[in-house]
Amino acid sequence: MRIICPVKRVPDTAAKKAVEPDLTLDRDGVEAVLNANDEWSIEEALRIKERTPGTEVVVLCVGPEQAQQTIRKALSYGLDGAIQVSDPGISGSDASGIASIVAGALADEEFDLVIMGNQSSDARTMLLPAMLAEYLDLPALTYCTKLDIDGDTVRAEREMPGGHQVVEAKLPAVVSVVEAINEPRYPSFKGIMAAKSKPVVVKDLQDVGLDAEMVGLEHAWTQVLEVTPRPPRQAGDKVEDDGSGTVGAKALADFLVARKFL
Amino acid sequence: MPDVLVLVDHDRGTPKKVSLQLLTAARERGGGAVAAALFGEGAASGAEKLGAYGVATAYVWDSPDAAAYATEPQVAALEAALEASAADVLLYPADPFLTDVIARAAVRLEAGVVTDAVDLTLEGDRLVATKAIFGGEMTSRCQVRGDRPQFLGVKANSFAAVESGGAPAEVVALDVTLDDTARRARVVDVVVTPSGGRPEMTEASVIVAGGRGLGDAEGFRLVEQLADALGAAVGASRAATDAGWYPHQHQIGQTGKTVAPQLYIGAGISGAIQHRAGMQTSQTIVAINKDAEAPIFAIADLAIVGDLYKILPPLIEEVAKRRA
Ligand SMILES: Cc1cc2nc3c(=O)[nH]c(=O)nc-3n(C[C@H](O)[C@H](O)[C@H](O)COP(=O)(O)OP(=O)(O)OC[C@H]3O[C@@H](n4cnc5c(N)ncnc54)[C@H](O)[C@@H]3O)c2cc1C
Ligand SMILES: Nc1ncnc2c1ncn2[C@@H]1O[C@H](COP(=O)(O)O)[C@@H](O)[C@H]1O
Repeated sequence: MRIICPVKRVPDTAAKKAVEPDLTLDRDGVEAVLNANDEWSIEEALRIKERTPGTEVVVLCVGPEQAQQTIRKALSYGLDGAIQVSDPGISGSDASGIASIVAGALADEEFDLVIMGNQSSDARTMLLPAMLAEYLDLPALTYCTKLDIDGDTVRAEREMPGGHQVVEAKLPAVVSVVEAINEPRYPSFKGIMAAKSKPVVVKDLQDVGLDAEMVGLEHAWTQVLEVTPRPPRQAGDKVEDDGSGTVGAKALADFLVARKFL
Repeated sequence: MPDVLVLVDHDRGTPKKVSLQLLTAARERGGGAVAAALFGEGAASGAEKLGAYGVATAYVWDSPDAAAYATEPQVAALEAALEASAADVLLYPADPFLTDVIARAAVRLEAGVVTDAVDLTLEGDRLVATKAIFGGEMTSRCQVRGDRPQFLGVKANSFAAVESGGAPAEVVALDVTLDDTARRARVVDVVVTPSGGRPEMTEASVIVAGGRGLGDAEGFRLVEQLADALGAAVGASRAATDAGWYPHQHQIGQTGKTVAPQLYIGAGISGAIQHRAGMQTSQTIVAINKDAEAPIFAIADLAIVGDLYKILPPLIEEVAKRRA
């Protein structure tokens, strides 16, 4: 079995962000990390690998040169290899652009499963898994909290409001996972060392069958017109309860009345 | 002025609140014709009444197949509805399952998608979306480029639902044929956990959220009681969902859901940046924490410093009394 884990390099949530004059995120000036949700997809792939002898897990990242760090981080969990798609023409692509690039990179790959995070912490579109599945013409099982592979069938529990549904599809398939699916391991020292020498295949747009007229900022199907910082919130009144609870409760209830919530 | 098709989320024909909000937005911000698309069992029964919200034509696909397989049957239906309505803009509620439908349809039709709009303004023939980005650190205005179909996801409670007093909608049954690929992800079971009649978190205008400060799963009964007294949904921090005190789908924050209710009340939540990334654009924020220095207080409109186990019981009583 061969599993692909697409991962994203994202700015650290705690880092102060700035935008470039072209309204894209200044990705050089900000500390970047492996998207947290992609740690669960990697963990899930590793668990399948551990259960299924002969399984290979390959990480796939669309991103600039610095994304090598992210790829090494992903490899350090014990993955087998990596594909990076890097090209100056990619900058500013939107979700459909990135999905087409990931799909292009997979066109010549053999795989049974693509496992991805359900959302990236910066863009948070949640679009990529289903868009990728559409480009690849595959079924998608998204927002999974449980995955079972049985022969050529994947069975998943998908989180939905107030419960879950169980869905089945034949492999190959695209799957996205949510946090509840597992508890990711930490990379071992051995894994971190081994990651340094794992093969990373770097491709450009031409290698994945796309030309610069199809992706990038100027060709994105959506367009950002303006980005403005949000004015910081002001702290309001602070009420100290006296230990009885009634002072705090009354202050809160009065506030709700004053603001017409009650 | 753009003609707008609204993907109406409904429960056996009863439109969800967010759908009525989107219909109002389509009417007030679009200015052209408003049409609706309803898929799944019961769709036909709810369609005509949407006229009250300005819908001229409702396109329905009332078939159990819509829910028998994941996503793809609805993509086929959406394609049919877009073609029949010839709409320029599609508005859809920012919901995960519907986002999948939109994502596939967008690739098929080469439509641009802007997610999570909280406001829409008409500029020329285009609806420009305002949305929070980077966990609410910044605001951006985005649009779909060129003359592509415009797919815009709108967050619940961004618009009020206002009736227009229109005539009953004309109901058009869509002719949807599914090929085998539409049936490749089969739903074999649906497990519903009783919600206690509480609203869905992403649709609620009031959310009461609990964190590690509750101490255990039992503590969430207090959060639920306050939520029920206020007609609110229940949210949770990652510390609480990780500990198994509350289901993950209620998690607010970077790796959970983004919410922006009119009122957020946090109890026993410190307000870590990853939590704030999911709630700091709430209109009004109230926090209860025994630590006067808790970071959540820096963004709270009202900070109550004290023990939540002392404060919540009289508060629940007080709220119930004032609502009675
Ligand atoms: C990659 C990543 C993603 C993350 N994603 C999320 C996310 O999506 N959502 C999220 O919430 N977190 C997320 N976190 C975790 C986040 O950093 C915090 O650890 C988490 O939010 C803490 O939850 P908490 O506020 O409930 O717990 P704590 O930070 O432990 O705070 C508990 C609070 O309760 C107060 N308290 C204790 N007892 C009482 C009492 N009796 N009465 C009143 N107050 C009391 C304490 O003073 C304290 O402030 C993420 C972290 C990482 C690294
Ligand atoms: N540049 C990228 N390269 C590879 N995978 C990506 C990239 N961006 C997003 N993804 C994948 O898509 C998922 C959902 O991201 P998003 O649609 O941006 O919310 C992530 O968890 C990743 O698995």
